[in-house]
Amino acid sequence: MEKLLEVDQLTKEYSMGSLIAKTRITAVDHISFFMKPAEIFTLAGESGCGKTTTAKVVLGFEEATSGAITHNGKLQSKKEKVWITEGVQAIFQDPFSTFNPLRTVDRYFIETVENYKLAGNKKEAIEVIDLKLKAVGISYREFSGKYPNEFSGGQLQRISIARALLTDPKLLIADEPVSMVDASLRMSIVNLFKKLRDDFGVSVLYITHDLATAYYVSDRIAIMFRGNIVEMGSVEQVLMNPRHPYTRLLRDSIPQADPQKRWTDTVTLSELEHDEYLRQGCKFAGRCPLVMEMCKTQIPADITVDDVLVRCHKYNETEAAQRR
Amino acid sequence: MEQIILRTEKLKTFYLLDMQGSQKVVKAVNEVDLTIYENEIYGIAGESGCGKTTLLKALFNAIDPPLRLVGGKIFYVINGTEVDVTSINPEEKRKLRMEYISYIPQGSMSVLNPVLKLKETYRDFIGSHVRGQSREATFELAQKHILELGLPKNILEAYPHQLSGGMRQRVTIALAALLKPRIMIGDEPTTALDVVVQRGVIQLLKEIQKKLKNTIIMVTHDMGVHANVANRIAIMYAGKIVEEAPTQQIFDHPEHPYTQFLINSLPKFGDKNVRGSVPGSPPSLADLPDGCPFHPRCPHTREICKQSMPGFTRTDTHHKVACWLFGEGENGKAA
Repeated sequence: MEKLLEVDQLTKEYSMGSLIAKTRITAVDHISFFMKPAEIFTLAGESGCGKTTTAKVVLGFEEATSGAITHNGKLQSKKEKVWITEGVQAIFQDPFSTFNPLRTVDRYFIETVENYKLAGNKKEAIEVIDLKLKAVGISYREFSGKYPNEFSGGQLQRISIARALLTDPKLLIADEPVSMVDASLRMSIVNLFKKLRDDFGVSVLYITHDLATAYYVSDRIAIMFRGNIVEMGSVEQVLMNPRHPYTRLLRDSIPQADPQKRWTDTVTLSELEHDEYLRQGCKFAGRCPLVMEMCKTQIPADITVDDVLVRCHKYNETEAAQRR
Repeated sequence: MEQIILRTEKLKTFYLLDMQGSQKVVKAVNEVDLTIYENEIYGIAGESGCGKTTLLKALFNAIDPPLRLVGGKIFYVINGTEVDVTSINPEEKRKLRMEYISYIPQGSMSVLNPVLKLKETYRDFIGSHVRGQSREATFELAQKHILELGLPKNILEAYPHQLSGGMRQRVTIALAALLKPRIMIGDEPTTALDVVVQRGVIQLLKEIQKKLKNTIIMVTHDMGVHANVANRIAIMYAGKIVEEAPTQQIFDHPEHPYTQFLINSLPKFGDKNVRGSVPGSPPSLADLPDGCPFHPRCPHTREICKQSMPGFTRTDTHHKVACWLFGEGENGKAA
């Protein structure tokens, strides 16, 4: 199978605290996943689960502590950030901080065209830009000569996607692209990802905490918790029939837009984020409703149940029981 | 019939800005009529920049320049008598705050003083509202209150930065509920939080409301949160309330085209059908189109929509909508 991006045993550690009382936090802990061409893959989880760190390392903004990242068969190294030439582009959370408020937005486009030598003269450059803008539903006329504050959040986010598309990337890395956009305009961004996948064969690594849009748009999904991938598989299986207790908690905590589906039971909230990171054994053990003795001491292994990867001791047991 | 607790009459609050000699008027709240009852959670939904936060400021009676009260009245019902709070003096205003009506802001980090332990914040708060309390008495009161709400006791000894975002937000809510106000106003109280934490915070809000039997007015753009907590929902668009109905009604039978777009654009689990978003983008409040402000984005636009704004029409006893598709409105033509 062709793999556009492969992340193998990626680990990223940060140290925290002063010189004397230093603690190390493993923000991303030996995670592995891959992406196929023309696929939307979601990394989902709460804040502080390591999803943004993963994106930063994949983009080469941060260096991995250990592990390998392969873009299209080429290994990413410190000297050679292959992603720059291998058609990877990024979209960030807040479109208003993506663009300098004192520059007109079209200058970013013209610069990109010049840097990548996408056009010979100005007329050609405008044609190239217009084509990409049309793909996101904005015309060159309503866009040229304007400053970022003259657009709405949704429009500006679509413009930043159009800018990313200029170099014809094969992979878009979108870090929380809709969380700053109004609910009413969110779908315009999410639908755009679908269109890019279906019409242009672009893969999207969609990083989000919003499981509802993740379900709507993605093919496969990985749920992250405190640096680990706890469940990974097709979106249908993972979200409609969650196996890991954390996935279940996360899914049930999304406020459903249906007054008949109100929450009836109560939730336990996490201890401090920091303590959960330093926990021995399964990091979810402090809040898990199904916690067992072994969860507190042993780190669970990756187990495959019906094509879904789960990291939980509970499935270890059932597997063992089946063998007996 | 339920008891009315807060009422506005044709409330108009505009931002009057002086920009290099020319005057700019931002019509943030434009002729809003609200009637809010005791013992209910009232939700206000709308896009960012539609005037939701300004409306809350006005309801909290915190109209400070550049925001001006241009017209209309705000009434609180205090011990059974209706009081027009737009005309009371600053001292009376201050008295009402936090004791009668309290405010839960969005960013809990900027609310709590970062260099004070939470017990000092509590002491400040209690000290400025309850006269003649000794230090020990206030501390005991704070501790009792924290325990009642199921928060850990030792947080009083902590600095704000030592708490997680969810815990900080819950402390802010606890503070707002401390003096048992009759009305609590929440401005996107859960928006900056993670989903699981958000659920915990909503849980706390609902518990407080049940215990105090008071009124919560909550603004958020997340329809999922509204579906979970609100008894009634008002949809706001460009400074005006365009629809108001009980929660179930809004989700089952949205009448206004804008509400329909809003409800239909929400993704649901187990349903991968293509969902569109509201076409176009929201108008600037400083430069509103004539007539109904939604007409440039509306699929049912008629000639009359471009000329004047419809009043409310009742489609059901508790359901009212301001749209020409449903008639002129009971007050005839509004401005």
